[in-house]
Amino acid sequence: MRELGTYAPNTWCPGCGNFAILNAIKSALSSLYDEGLPLENVVLVSGIGCNSKIVDYINVNSFYSLHGRVLPVASGIKIANPALTVIGHAGDGDAYGEGLEHLIFAAKRNIDVTVIIHNNRVYGLTTGQYTPTSPLGFKGRSTPFGTKELPINPLELMLASGATYVARGTSHGMELLKKIFKEAILHKGFSIVDVLQVCVTYYNMYEYYDKHVYEMTDHDPSDFAKAMARAMEWDYNKEAKIPLGVFYKKDAPSFEEYFVGRDTGKVNRDAKIKAIFEETA
Amino acid sequence: MDELSVLIGGKAGFGIDRASLVLAQIVSQLGYRIYIYRDYPSLIRGGHTFSIVRASKDKIAAHKDKVDALIALNQETFDIHSARLKEGAVIIYDSDSVKLGALPSRSKPIGIPIAAILKEEKAGEIMRNSCAIGAFCKAYSIDWSLVERVFWKDFGEEAKANLQVASRGHKTADTCTVLELLSKEKLPLFTGNEATALGLIKGGVKAYISYPMTPTSPILHFMARAADKFDLKVIHPENEIAVILMALGMAYCGQRVAVGTSGGGFCLMTEGLSLSGMAELPVVIVLGQRPGPSTGLPTYSSQTELDFASSAGQGEFPRFIAAPGDPEEAYYLARMALDISWKYQIPSILLTDKTLGEGTYSFDPELSKEPREQQEELWDRIGTYKRYQDNERGISPLANAPDREAVIKANSYEHDEYGITTEVADLAKKMQDKRLRKENYLAIDLEYCECVKVSGNRNSKTSLVCWGSNKGVCIEVASSLGLKVIQPLILKPFPLKQFKKALEGVEKVIFVESNATSQLAKEVLRYGITVNHSILKYDGRPFSVEELTERAREAAA
Repeated sequence: MRELGTYAPNTWCPGCGNFAILNAIKSALSSLYDEGLPLENVVLVSGIGCNSKIVDYINVNSFYSLHGRVLPVASGIKIANPALTVIGHAGDGDAYGEGLEHLIFAAKRNIDVTVIIHNNRVYGLTTGQYTPTSPLGFKGRSTPFGTKELPINPLELMLASGATYVARGTSHGMELLKKIFKEAILHKGFSIVDVLQVCVTYYNMYEYYDKHVYEMTDHDPSDFAKAMARAMEWDYNKEAKIPLGVFYKKDAPSFEEYFVGRDTGKVNRDAKIKAIFEETA
Repeated sequence: MDELSVLIGGKAGFGIDRASLVLAQIVSQLGYRIYIYRDYPSLIRGGHTFSIVRASKDKIAAHKDKVDALIALNQETFDIHSARLKEGAVIIYDSDSVKLGALPSRSKPIGIPIAAILKEEKAGEIMRNSCAIGAFCKAYSIDWSLVERVFWKDFGEEAKANLQVASRGHKTADTCTVLELLSKEKLPLFTGNEATALGLIKGGVKAYISYPMTPTSPILHFMARAADKFDLKVIHPENEIAVILMALGMAYCGQRVAVGTSGGGFCLMTEGLSLSGMAELPVVIVLGQRPGPSTGLPTYSSQTELDFASSAGQGEFPRFIAAPGDPEEAYYLARMALDISWKYQIPSILLTDKTLGEGTYSFDPELSKEPREQQEELWDRIGTYKRYQDNERGISPLANAPDREAVIKANSYEHDEYGITTEVADLAKKMQDKRLRKENYLAIDLEYCECVKVSGNRNSKTSLVCWGSNKGVCIEVASSLGLKVIQPLILKPFPLKQFKKALEGVEKVIFVESNATSQLAKEVLRYGITVNHSILKYDGRPFSVEELTERAREAAA
């Protein structure tokens, strides 16, 4: 495996689920490099939150952006240069809260970027508040008596919005994560991977996830109705088995394709502008 | 005649806007210089809409309250605007729906049974404009072949039907006077928005990103139509936050990009503006001003965002702000803003407004300057690449992904030279100093550019000071009152040296601004410059020549 680290000191808590995601993405990038992907073609984009520090820890191109704004930045990069491989890292507060409209529109456009959601179902960096995927009654620092609202099911939302690659993993399942990350990056179109990640400090679901998750083996990811049904097996709230793996995968035109072939630099703008002046007079 | 003002009015949905442009094009073909003021409410159908087409032998950029001709397509237009009529005015009206009231002496009313003509010709209601234009051309003895030429160019396939209706208006009307052909070069007509768009294109934008908002939506429409022709990427995303963040993603890849909005959309862009400052990613923002606070008067004009644009975004970072006063300056400053942004890796804001953006002007390419040449700083490929290399001028050389030898890390956090997050005190200070240092060099660079324009009577001890779209009306008023006009084109970094030089010999300084708090005057007060008087207007309408003449005369006395 290629050494992809940087000199930045890692500041995650010991035992943080982000380490697994960091290792899995490095491993996926390394494997893709071995298969011929030039690493200079990769751009990582992150938002703000514990998860987003990941770009400081990987020695490839990156854009450490703003809370909630991973997808417009990633989209801009992909549109500017469709040859780049663009991978976003965002938390659940970031992508499902602050930046939800961007997530829906990225899925709607089926832009060819991958977004990995470090979904620990709690705000870590702001020290323990509920997020859009915290269960009903979650006691956080902004909701000391428990939340009064149900969580959203991001997989259901992404399927409804037009995402063409929808998958889920956990931070305690490295092999599956590596496999899904690689496949998501290679998928042409909008890919989202929701990673159930433990936050050892504010919401340690380690044992719960271990008991409830199972890997789908009999699922047909080309079937939208079945993907929806599978996504609804667990609603991020009630007691249920939690399916992992690829829920949905579909080939469809992606947004940036429309711009391929632009900026050839061959257009003589000065002459065309002059012609407009003359035609308009 | 030296000049002519025509008001054409009706209900929103009547096509007044287009009709005024067709009329202006006809008059422009005679060699006149044009300015069109458009007044319309924030709705799609109904409500009163009007345009004033002013034509003159000399270049103009302002409207007058009094008009020589009125084209009333409904009763409301006559009732609201009859007080504007001069003696001897020509009134073209739909005699099927408009009853004329009192008229000034020697008026020449021309009633055309427009509704009946449309019925006979089986023409759609939208063609009532063409019927009236036909009548207007007869009243002013304009050659019919010229009318035909303009109609064919403007209406394409619909030209024939429109000409038929126009010819009926032409036949019915009487000749009142002669609008003679001038021996002058014909100039193209452009709105400030179109000139801004063309300037951005000329300046090398690869992409234009915008969420619709008056008064800059027409730039988005223009760019979208011109996308194929100029090889542009034109995108209308989910909101203004996405607009600026997408733009910064493109800037990260080294592509020149611009965005457009108004005050409300700019509010949403401020986090992105601050990111542009911190991550040193260039972007040009066209900020078309309209009256606030909040939704305010969406389809009217103001100059209320100078303070806001100057300080928007958290933290301290350099920015470039320019305010064009007419389409020639918009064409020039749009290019200059791109060059400055990409050289200094900072955000630029072009402060326009509804008056400039949606007003139509005769555009003289010869009057638009060539921006001073600026070079982007590119990486020399020596050593390990540092995206935020600290150096003498604070401008870190650029590399763009993909680059085999460079890892390019942009960061919204405070960061070291490589772009890795840091919270180390010394480093935080060093990097903040680096970013701010760019502004000193930008200010020096700007000393070689014309940042403050001086016109009018340069020897006058009284000067009007204006910025943006008030340029035209100030120059016209100053020339009749014998005053000087000082117009800063660049507002950030404020060109203090050039401004002070322009003030030499001036004893009375009168600011003319379309806001309620005299924002430019407040800015110069910070530098100890005396402000004697401010003439302010904040009802959403631009100054007319008459109003400013009156108020400037009082202030100068």
